[in-house]
Amino acid sequence: MSRPPWGLLAALAALFIPALGSRFYTFVATDVAIMALFAVSLNLLLGYGGLVSFGHAAYFGIGAYACGILMKYHAVPFALALPAAGLIAGAFAAFFGFFCVRLTKIYFAMLTLAFAQIVWAICFKWNSVTGGEQGMPEIPYPDLGWAARLPGLGTYRAGDHFYMLTVALVAACLWLLRRVVRSPFGRLLTTIRENPERAEFIGVNVRRHELIAFVIAGLFAGIAGGLFGIFNRGVFPDFAYWPKSSEVLIMTILGGTGYFYGPAIGALVLLVLNQQITSYTQYWPFILGTLLIILLFAFPGGIVGALSRLGSRLGRARRA
Amino acid sequence: MLEVRGVRKAFDGFQAVAGVDLTVGKGSICAIIGPNGAGKTTVFNLITGHLRPDAGSVTLNGREITGLPPHEICRLKIARSFQRTNIFPRLTVFQNIQAAFLSHRGHGLNLFGNVERYYRAETETLLGSIRLSEKAHEISGFLSHGNQKQLELGLALASEPELLLLDEPTAGMSATETHETIALIERIARDHGLTLLFTEHDMEVVFSIAQTIVVLHQGRVIAGGTPAEVRANPEVQRVYLGERGR
Ligand SMILES: Nc1ncnc2c1ncn2[C@@H]1O[C@H](COP(=O)(O)OP(=O)(O)OP(=O)(O)O)[C@@H](O)[C@H]1O
Ligand SMILES: [Mg+2]
Repeated sequence: MSRPPWGLLAALAALFIPALGSRFYTFVATDVAIMALFAVSLNLLLGYGGLVSFGHAAYFGIGAYACGILMKYHAVPFALALPAAGLIAGAFAAFFGFFCVRLTKIYFAMLTLAFAQIVWAICFKWNSVTGGEQGMPEIPYPDLGWAARLPGLGTYRAGDHFYMLTVALVAACLWLLRRVVRSPFGRLLTTIRENPERAEFIGVNVRRHELIAFVIAGLFAGIAGGLFGIFNRGVFPDFAYWPKSSEVLIMTILGGTGYFYGPAIGALVLLVLNQQITSYTQYWPFILGTLLIILLFAFPGGIVGALSRLGSRLGRARRA
Repeated sequence: MLEVRGVRKAFDGFQAVAGVDLTVGKGSICAIIGPNGAGKTTVFNLITGHLRPDAGSVTLNGREITGLPPHEICRLKIARSFQRTNIFPRLTVFQNIQAAFLSHRGHGLNLFGNVERYYRAETETLLGSIRLSEKAHEISGFLSHGNQKQLELGLALASEPELLLLDEPTAGMSATETHETIALIERIARDHGLTLLFTEHDMEVVFSIAQTIVVLHQGRVIAGGTPAEVRANPEVQRVYLGERGR
């Protein structure tokens, strides 16, 4: 018995959100889709490789600036600018990762943070290229005139069209990442998480393997960043700043690092809660902190871990 | 096949291995014995690239392999097991062995194949020969100590070595488990024409299967030869066998 293709079903369902007719829902859903890709890319390192990166926002930021600069100043079409953003972020990940994988554990994490801080500082200061502190507003929307001519889509707004494109692209990226984690490469990555010393002794070139994972994670973070810059109608240095790295880390852990879609669920829950709670009270950070503490103690497998345990308990109860 | 010449290793000034020479002929079964802390594990670590010797050389079939990283040594058909079990605890038994096949046969960079389709038959055959077929889908970290030791051996065998180094393969096993495991190791070594270098505290095991024995004491080789020669060596009796007899 094969399990239902949850990812595909979720992506199809997500495509109907604009049909609800609320600009706000579409806005939140776009945010969730992009951050879900960002968080799942981080989880390739955290959940599968056992590598804690405190600087994943660097690649998100690099992708956002690359895509923004290409589209705004060089009139590169979106269809080229977005893959380019991924490749540029991947190239930076290769360069920084080369040094990071030479360290382990907390030293690895600190070095990823150090590189991210350098990226942030450059984005913040290099006025002529990045717009410095002011950032880079008015990233043009991709030309989606063709979408309006598709049957059934003519009545939607440009934001809805961009959202649908985002869902399709994020789904495609998640599909690719899912293939990677289920590949021989992905399996050997889990041996590194479990026991890097032993992995070497079954012939895994641990550093090289980690570096490749780092580049893939950086590449998809870059694509997420490129999409986010357009969605946000501007790119700012705080895309690469450490709070962004910790935000994505929280999403990933909240959702559950042991599950492929865990981080995506984490992104959904965190962003929706954030929207809801900030409309009632200004104490969101306090609530977030409390939530995290409860989760870490009561549900170390994250939200998806807790749900899956509940699911299997119900399944057993029904069979009994 | 394997030549170790004058390897030395010190930890913070403590000379753990003080110039060891060792020759293991192709197809032979050789044991390293010695009291606790003699440096047996350290010698293994020096041969397999886990540690870099301060001096001396290790050659395999005439090729210098001193100081190569473990994953390259592994590719030269040297495999090892560990004294303290060293497995992938949150993977299943099946996944442990399958991963060793994947790596050994060069699929490490295959990013898009479906891992479930690789080496099923090979993995199952190997699990059968180490008698873990029934536990194939259990999480390996939850196995009994004896089963983990068997898996440890399986991980080494999955890389289809010509030279197999086993660091106390039966440590902590019950008498029956020890007996079975030794019979298994002997059979596999014979069937595949393996060269075997192992350490062991159980003297009965050592003298029953080793063709040559090297005795290590405080980081030095104090005796070597056939089991009969080693048994008769007065120095050995004094530092090692004697201790046990007392
Ligand atoms: N990584 C290390 N750092 C510091 N000292 C070490 C290290 N590894 C081994 N030693 C020391 O080197 C000496 C030899 O250790 P080794 O583990 O090689 O002995 P052994 O012969 O395998 O002993 P046993 O029979 O207990 O397994 C010991 O005194 C040990 O404390
Ligand atoms: Mg030892």
